[in-house]
This record gives sequence, structure tokens and C-alpha cells, in this order.
Amino acid sequence: MMEWFENFWQVYNNLVLTIGVNALLALSIWLTLSCGLLAMANAAFMGIGAYTASILTMNYGAPFPVALAGGIAAPALVALLIGGPTLRLSGVYLAMATLGFGEVVRVLILNAESLTGGALGLNGIPQATQWWHVLLALIVVLLILWRLRRSRIGRAFEAINEDAVAASLMGIAVNAHKMLAFALGAAIAGLAGALNAHLTFFIGPSEFGFDRGVDILTMAILGGTGGLTGPVLGALIVTLLPELLRSFRDFRTMMNGAILVIIVLFLPKGLWDPKRIRQWFGRKAA
Amino acid sequence: MLEQQLVNALSLGCVYALFALGFTLIFGVLGVINLSHGAVFMVGAYAALQVVTKLGWPLWASLVAAFVVSAALGLAIDVLVLRPLRKRNAPHLIPMIATIGIAIFFNSATQGVFGAENLRFPSELVPDAQLHFLGVQISVLEVAIIVLSFALMATLLVVMRKTQLGRALRAIAESPKAAALLGINVEGLFYLTSATAAALGGVSGVLIALYSNAVFPLMGQPMLHKGIAVIILGGMGDIRGALIGGLFLGFAEVMSVAYIGSTMRDAVAFGLLFIVLLLRPQGMFGKVLERKA
Repeated sequence: MMEWFENFWQVYNNLVLTIGVNALLALSIWLTLSCGLLAMANAAFMGIGAYTASILTMNYGAPFPVALAGGIAAPALVALLIGGPTLRLSGVYLAMATLGFGEVVRVLILNAESLTGGALGLNGIPQATQWWHVLLALIVVLLILWRLRRSRIGRAFEAINEDAVAASLMGIAVNAHKMLAFALGAAIAGLAGALNAHLTFFIGPSEFGFDRGVDILTMAILGGTGGLTGPVLGALIVTLLPELLRSFRDFRTMMNGAILVIIVLFLPKGLWDPKRIRQWFGRKAA
Repeated sequence: MLEQQLVNALSLGCVYALFALGFTLIFGVLGVINLSHGAVFMVGAYAALQVVTKLGWPLWASLVAAFVVSAALGLAIDVLVLRPLRKRNAPHLIPMIATIGIAIFFNSATQGVFGAENLRFPSELVPDAQLHFLGVQISVLEVAIIVLSFALMATLLVVMRKTQLGRALRAIAESPKAAALLGINVEGLFYLTSATAAALGGVSGVLIALYSNAVFPLMGQPMLHKGIAVIILGGMGDIRGALIGGLFLGFAEVMSVAYIGSTMRDAVAFGLLFIVLLLRPQGMFGKVLERKA
């Protein structure tokens, strides 16, 4: 048993840790979605976190916790800076503005060669991330978000999500709450980026572009945005699918796309939909 | 020199506008951000390439083939995916996620069937004549793209503004429910819109493949990103906006390459997008829809 596990870990530890990192990313966008914001800058925030942490460890020899803290703080700070003007937008326009911001970040990283290595990326980042770092980060983030949901702030998020105008009339500081959700989401995405950079040895600007942003959103929506379980489940599925479909070889991403469409068509609220699950079990019992 | 840059900007801008027309049409009528438009665009280019190389059809006929194939594809996407989601009244984002899946599906299916390499139209078929006037140089192909963009946009505008069909479409854009109550065949027009938009996408795929001399499975993705920027700049769902946004983006890119350097090209496009959104969230032509307390 132990031996089997060791073999399994040898082969799949990267995959398991990637699931953890992706779960953090899915949770980061879940947070803004729960406040009614469709912000798609999380890939960029992840990139800012990854680059900040990597530069801290590689150029300044900072210890890992300091690098992680930097990776969390930098994107949160950027979020606070751009949040003011950006969060006035709503719906699709916010999504597009944040996507646009993401592209600007990507191109800036690409052009700041002396610091970021430009298109070649950063190579040889020390592999400081242990499995328990990822696990601990995920647990801590889940705990914080779980507490947050049940707090005054969480209820305010929900009210804003339902109807921002009504929420503001009830005395909720809408802009401040939106800003909080945005910055906190950025911090979580930055943490994921920092952990991931110290896991994969290499980061490049193309990892943090449009496609990654869409991926992150897909994980959250696919899993279901009703609660915290959904995004984690979505991250699990989206990360595992390509591995499970390995036998389809050239056509495996095609299957990936098809499955995505099928889930959207037949599970409208995402995979994790407690009501539907209860319904299924209820029917079985009856 | 400046004149030449302006001409380049005009043709590049028309390329973007051509792509964005179908994109904005779907958003305007169906209210869906159709992220599979890039894949449809790519399928159009491959369809044209196939009939030219395998069946030996002439270039103009390949445009027709691309038109038909991508219209059929657009219709299929609507019937199989978008309509069930409409029936269920799925929230805003859900159709967009579905179209992401569709795009992944076709991009990798194409890669599986035709390979990832860059294919080209046979060079003897591509018109390469250059026209000169007033010291500027412009290829026949660029002229065709410019003329076609303006012609298509004019046609769409006339249809939308002056015909019964256009009135029905605008009514649907306002409210599908109210339109249905007025006796408009809403579903039928949704199909028509999806098919038309896809056909426009497919044709622009061929033209742009000729323009950049490259057909590859992911060719739609960069266009999609630009298309998003264009319809934001011009105002979502606005047909004039697609052309003006496209021209604006083309102009900004050409000028930034000429005076700042080619590496900043994409930053300029999206930086502009960011700034325009901050100053005028509804785009240059969009209407303010937000409710005020």
C-alpha cells in the first residue's frame, strides 16, 4: 500500500498540486462573482504574484514566506489601484476592462526584460513549494472564505450580488465592499501564482494571458458558484480531464471542449448543485 | 510615409471590422458574447482552403464555400447549444462558457485532422497586384477587404434600419419576449442571425487568411481578442461601432508599431480599450443602460 502510494505520488504529485493551485484560482474568481462582479483579471493577478515572488527569491534571496507574502501583497495593491476606476463598470464591460488590463499586464511583463526575462520567462526558480504548503494555503483560504460568507461582509456581498442599487439603499457601502472582494480575490490569485511558480521551476508571460483567465472562470462556473465546494470541484475536473482523456491523443482537447458544452447544457447550475443532488436522492428514496 | 501608414491602418482596421461585424451582430441580437466566433472564422478559412486545393475550385467559389460551411456551422451551434440555453433562460455567462467549449472543440478537432502547421493558399491564386496612386502602395487584396467591409456594413445598416426584418431584429434586441408577443418569429430570427453572423465570420476568415497568408488551427484566437477590443471600443452590439472601433484599433496599432515599436502593439490595443472603458463605459456608441438609484 505504502509502496503503491509512493509510486502514485512520484508520478502524479505535480498533478495533485496543480489541482490545489487551480482550486485557489477558482476560489479567487468565485469571491468576486459572489459580490456580483465579473472580473476577469485573475490570470493577471496570478502573474503579478508569480513574478513578484520569483523575483524576490531569485534576485534578492528572500526566504520563501517573504516571497509568498510579496506574491500576495503585490496583486492586492495593484487591485486597490485599478479598482477605483474599474469597479464603476458593471457586467460585461467590467469583464472586458479587466481582460484588457490583463493583456496590458502580460505585454508589460513581456517588455520588462531586465526584470522578468521577457518572452523567455524566468527559469530556474527554486522548487520551494511543498505539498503541505499548497494544502495549507487551500485550507486557510477555504476557512477564511467560509467565515467571510457567514459574516456581515458576506451577507453584504450577497445583497450586492442580488441587487446593488437596493443594497446601497439599505446602507451597505457598495463600493467599499466591491473593492474588498476585488482586492481579496487578487490576493488569493497572487498566492496561487506564487505557489505555482515555486512548483513548476519556470514561468513565462504567455501563461497568464487570456486563455488562463478563461480557464479560471470556466473552473468556477463549471463547478457551480453557489458555494465553496463548486469552485474546488470545478478545478479538480478541469485539471483532471486532460489526464483522463489521454487515450484520445490528438483529440483529447476536443473531448475536453465537448464535455464542457455538455455540462453547461445539462447541469445549469454547475456540477455542485445541492438542490439537484437532494432531488436525485429524494427520488431514489421514494 | 504618413500616407502609407494611414492606408495600412485602413486595411488592418477593415480586417478587424470584418471580423467584428458578425461578433457584434450576435451580441446585439442574441445578447451572447460568442467566444466561438474565432473558431467559426478558422473553419471558414479551412473550408475555402480545402475546396481550392482538393477540388481545384477558383478563389471566388471558395468564398462561397466558406460562406455556406460557416453559416451551417453557426446554425448548428445555435440549434444544438444556444437554443436549449435560451429555453432554460440560462443566466448571462452560461452561453459564453458554452461557446468557449465549442471553440476548444473545433480548434483541437481541426488540429487533429489537419495538423498544427501553418498552411497557405497556393501562391498563384492569391492576387498580388499592387496599385499605386498619390505615392501610396496598396494591394488588390487590401482594396477588396476595404470595399467588402464597407459594403457589408452598409448592407447590414440598411437592413437593420430600413426593412421590416431589421425592425423585427431591433425589437428582439430590446426584448425577445415583447417581440414574440407582437407576432415576430423570434426563434427563426435567432437562427438567421446566428447563421448570418457565422457566415460573415467564415468569409472574413478567408480574406484574412489571404491577407496574412496563413491558415492554422488557432488563427481565430488572436482575432477574437482583437474582436472583443473592437466591439468594446465601438459599443457592444453596434454595427457602425464595429467598423469605427476596428478602424480605430487598426490605426492605433499601425501608429504604435511605426512610432513606439512592434512589441508594444498589443499593449496599445488593450490599453486603449481599458482607457476608453474608464472614460466612456458604454463604448463610443453604446447607450447607458445602468439603473441609477
